[in-house]
Amino acid sequence: MTYRLGVDVGGTFTDLLLVDESNGETFMAKVPSTPEDSSIGVLNGIERICSESSIDPKQVAKVMHGTTVATNAVLTRKGAKVGLVTTKGYRQVLQVARSFCPGGLGGWVSYVKAPLMAPLELTIEVDERLDAAGNVVKPLDGATLTTDLEKLKSTGEVEALTICLLNSYVNGKHEVEAAEIARSVFGDIPISISSEVVPEMQEYERTETTVVNSYVRPQVSKYVANLQGSLEDRLGDDVALAILRSDGGLASARAAGESPVNLLLSGPAGGVAGAIYFCQRGGFDDILTFDMGGTSTDVALIQNGQARVRRETRVGDTTVRAPSVDVRTIGAGGGSIAFVPELTKALRVGPDSAGAEPGPAAYMKGGEVPTVCDANVVLGYLPSDVKLGGAMTINRDAAVKAVQTVADAMGIELMEAAEGIIKIVNESMLGALRLVSVEQGYDPRDFALVGFGGAGPLHANALGILSGAWPVIVPPGPGVLCAYGDATTQVQDEASQTYKTRVDAITADEFIAALEELRARAGESFEADGIPVSDQEVTYQADIRYAGQAFQLSLNVTKEELESKGLAVLTDEFDRQHEQLFTFAHGKDHEIVMIRAIVKAKSSLTAELKEVHEGETDLDAARIHDTKFYYEQEWHEAPILDRGKLGVGAVVTGPAIVQEMDSTTLVLPGHKATVDKVGNLLINPA
Amino acid sequence: MPATIIETNSTPFNKVDIDPVTVDIIENALRNVRVEMDAVLFRTAMSPGIREQGDCFPMVANRDGKMVVGQFGSFIYGFMEAYDGEIEEGDIILTNDPYMCNAAVSHLPDWIVLVPIFKDGRHMAWSAMFGHMSDNGGMVPGSIPIKAETIYQEGIRIPPTKLYKKGVLQEDVLELILHNVRTSEWNRFDLNALVAACRTAGKRCVEIAERFGDDVFYTTMEIMLDRNLEAMRAIINMIVPEEPQYFEDYVCDDGVGKGPYKIACKLWREGDVAIFDFTGTDPQAQSSINFYLNEEMFKMFFGSFTINLFDPGILFNDGFYELVDVRIPDGSLLKPKFPAALSGRTHALGRIFDVMGGVLGQGAPDAMNAAGFSDSPHLFYSGYDKNGEWFQLFQIGFGGIPGRPAGDGPDGHSLWPGFTNVPNEFIEAYFPLRIVRYEPIADSGGAGLHRGGNGLSVAYEFLVEGEIAVHDERWLTYPWGVRGGEPGMRSTKRLVRADGSEEWLPAKCDGVKVQEGDVLYFNTWGGGGWGDPLERDPELVRIDVMRGLVSAKGAARYGVVIGDDGSVDTAATEALRKEMAANRGDVGLFSFGGTIDEIKARALEETHLPAPVSPNA
Repeated sequence: MTYRLGVDVGGTFTDLLLVDESNGETFMAKVPSTPEDSSIGVLNGIERICSESSIDPKQVAKVMHGTTVATNAVLTRKGAKVGLVTTKGYRQVLQVARSFCPGGLGGWVSYVKAPLMAPLELTIEVDERLDAAGNVVKPLDGATLTTDLEKLKSTGEVEALTICLLNSYVNGKHEVEAAEIARSVFGDIPISISSEVVPEMQEYERTETTVVNSYVRPQVSKYVANLQGSLEDRLGDDVALAILRSDGGLASARAAGESPVNLLLSGPAGGVAGAIYFCQRGGFDDILTFDMGGTSTDVALIQNGQARVRRETRVGDTTVRAPSVDVRTIGAGGGSIAFVPELTKALRVGPDSAGAEPGPAAYMKGGEVPTVCDANVVLGYLPSDVKLGGAMTINRDAAVKAVQTVADAMGIELMEAAEGIIKIVNESMLGALRLVSVEQGYDPRDFALVGFGGAGPLHANALGILSGAWPVIVPPGPGVLCAYGDATTQVQDEASQTYKTRVDAITADEFIAALEELRARAGESFEADGIPVSDQEVTYQADIRYAGQAFQLSLNVTKEELESKGLAVLTDEFDRQHEQLFTFAHGKDHEIVMIRAIVKAKSSLTAELKEVHEGETDLDAARIHDTKFYYEQEWHEAPILDRGKLGVGAVVTGPAIVQEMDSTTLVLPGHKATVDKVGNLLINPA
Repeated sequence: MPATIIETNSTPFNKVDIDPVTVDIIENALRNVRVEMDAVLFRTAMSPGIREQGDCFPMVANRDGKMVVGQFGSFIYGFMEAYDGEIEEGDIILTNDPYMCNAAVSHLPDWIVLVPIFKDGRHMAWSAMFGHMSDNGGMVPGSIPIKAETIYQEGIRIPPTKLYKKGVLQEDVLELILHNVRTSEWNRFDLNALVAACRTAGKRCVEIAERFGDDVFYTTMEIMLDRNLEAMRAIINMIVPEEPQYFEDYVCDDGVGKGPYKIACKLWREGDVAIFDFTGTDPQAQSSINFYLNEEMFKMFFGSFTINLFDPGILFNDGFYELVDVRIPDGSLLKPKFPAALSGRTHALGRIFDVMGGVLGQGAPDAMNAAGFSDSPHLFYSGYDKNGEWFQLFQIGFGGIPGRPAGDGPDGHSLWPGFTNVPNEFIEAYFPLRIVRYEPIADSGGAGLHRGGNGLSVAYEFLVEGEIAVHDERWLTYPWGVRGGEPGMRSTKRLVRADGSEEWLPAKCDGVKVQEGDVLYFNTWGGGGWGDPLERDPELVRIDVMRGLVSAKGAARYGVVIGDDGSVDTAATEALRKEMAANRGDVGLFSFGGTIDEIKARALEETHLPAPVSPNA
């Protein structure tokens, strides 16, 4: 009998989900995170979950892990000191970036550029040149490079090195040569070269991406190695550790350590994977996910049980060319601060957040400014008379005092101000939902809306009303959903290449040959990790556009389709989608910009996860006590119900509040929530 | 006769009571509309100018044509005044002629699309967007002929024309227009993209009205306009003194031997109203550098520029126009008489921002910035590639953001909202040229407590025979510094021929033949410095030296001495700073790098180009 373990390390809690691979039985645990060394929290959790379920830790064969180590290194700017080698004439490629100053007319007045991750004092040039076709215009001057690298090394500052040379996306020859020289000079520091990390056109983006890879690499490698070591000590030498990538696939610990730039959105990807897992089993393949935390909200669109993957990852101010689940993040969360600018007397919410420290006023940790959370408390959505999963005490008086400042500034009543704050923040989140739906040509009314994360279930019903996406789904354990996602995904890797070829200039056979070459490259890491070809599944993708256009679509294609229908299979689909998005199609001049092969390990999980649903459909048994909340200018009497005691088929009629360990679901008047067979709460208009 | 809008439903819109939160929500929704317009355009446009550089501007206006969301102000009213005809649901108007829309657009390559938004037969709002087309026909590729003397030489003029009539594309008109430009496929796609963006905005406005009610939508737009009125009233009273302030700056030359052209501006306040008077501005030029400045557009420049200092979060609009009075003399550089050529208006347009900064700064010196990269200089390169296919490249140059209260100016960046550079690998892949150097020029940013951003040196190696055109500025007058900051370095264009010979190109020229192997060093100017350079932390100067942003020699401008080992020589620095402070005399609010006469006298020696002749001579 073997077990797999999903582990998600968040800022506050580490969530674990243990799955019996033979019968799908699951066990959950939540323990405090240990930010100084996350592996301690993970091991604590393993002790807890194994003792509670009476399972021998040695039976755990696989650990699947979502981590924010890479994300935090970027957000807090605490990564490695990165040295950079560029083509002569391009030393300042990161300094100039894309020359863009954000903001409107006059935005430059207040724009302050973040420090470079590879500082100029650690950036050197090498004399060499390739042309745009990859031909050598000027050979690499290895002798001078050796001297310059030695000088760079003598600063004693460089902890990781990046090499990114012009036009190397076509031909990595010079980068490989430079890397060999660098290895002989530097010895064992990690060296990342752009033609391996991201062989895509655009020198700034490729340099930045490769530099970010170097920037997070030492920390991630160390973290993964530590964790692997601790796990082996406790779970046995044969335990396999895998890390969730931003695109929702799993990477082996080894692959994760080499290309950590692929892990920047590991956390949100886990949530999306968990949401897909529960919704699909509840019969919902088309969903909008909505993960609301303290400082931000992540939204994503899922069609046919598949998250859209975009070729870009954004974390804070940093954007890199790495595939990630198409999650859009907006700076609105439970901790977002409400304020009233003096000049306009408008009500604004966010993007500033009270964060965990000092936090919302209601939490009594020193926060005094009004937040979204405080408005929820004032309105009674977050009841102050029950403890939050036994953890946090909520003080309504403090919340009232804070929200009153907004009411006074606007000259309106307290409750009106509190509802205003909630409406504004809901509107911002609706904007994010529109970004992933309407703006991509999808109608949100064709989707179900899944709310999770600490604050998602509080706002989910209201967002259902605004977006028309029904039902609104609150999956079981909305706060530990990432661990579910971690435990249910597959190992994945990909290889891509800028292709830049007119469709009418190639044959289908030539195209297939290029794809198969990529497949071999993508499979390399599988071989290194002992996964045979017979256990691999491949997906081919082509990024296609009208020549010269910025917009491009990633289309999936199979070898069989190409053999039977030729390249028209791509161009016809592109025209169709272009028309759907923009109301017109061009019908000619198609260009294939990039191609890639995505290889996945076939799933080893044959049994379905088994949820235990004890409990009744009788609400009285679940009733904790009665309360009231304010909605649409009125107070409503509402029961507080214990979600753990709501069995399959239970129907909760709003107004009601459903409470569980780490989350609170608000069911609004005129709506009802039903518990479905996998434990989801489905909210619909009554 | 102004335009007539035909509505099939004559029910009037009513002002209704709305709670402030609803206004905020609709404001948010309209903000999203604008973002979406940009998104649609960038993704579907085809020319590098629009899709990579973002040379385009969206807007949503209320039914009276006042801009509610956008950034360049409303051009609807000017169009409505000038358009003599009926407008119906489904019509989409196209124009590019500044003389036919009261300078709503200011040169012919900017094509503007206007869409009246209807709901249930009632005209409810406008969406509009303009974008810079790669070519508009006329004398030279790119359609910005320096030597044009009338607008007839600048390519096709499109009076306000219905591109769509009641939803039906007027294909004959479209083909006639595209037949006249060199890059018809790019323009066709870009125009499609502009239309798609405006239609999207229309759809979203209708959805918002459906959700909240037509009267609520109508009233909210009015309230949003009022909010700006009140905010700007406060700002104007805060930063514009009643006592007149005066400032003048220059466009260096007109490309045909005259210059510099003075732009003079006097500013004062009467009650709540700020008055900008451009009397004293030099007469219009014979060449294409004239900038037909729409008064309303200037108000918008003023408003958005100042509001950014106080509340960058506000959704900016036209509501405050009654608080600003703009006076521009007829026949001047800023209001030339028809049919003066206008295509090279970029330089005066950019310089307006330096003028505004200079005149406003005297009333609010704490908030003022130095002179910056107030322009979008450009390079054209065209010809036939080695496969015999026509190519035409339009490259915008980037330079130094000025030193500011917020800190140093970024190097090689854009002052224009939304503009980005085109990746060099993209250019090399699609055009026959190689970019052999792309880097900020050390010491080109003016010294100051906050350093001006460095200008950018881009070295273009041409790989086939062709023709280039250069449109540049600040080669003669300096990007000035403020509050003790020094001016930035000026621009240069050095052409090194394949045979090794060198020539200095004038700032504005076209039809310059180039051969395979010639290299053009297009060096833009730096931003002016802000505050006293002698007060800059020597450690920051040392770091700039290490980073190649300031040279070891250039550190002397800060009174900082860098030793051979790269560290600050503290004793020598103190001594040098003392000496410099004693010798420099009084530091005024501005430092211009000399009077115009002095600058002209030194021109040939310093810039390798003869000084131009005064336009008043």
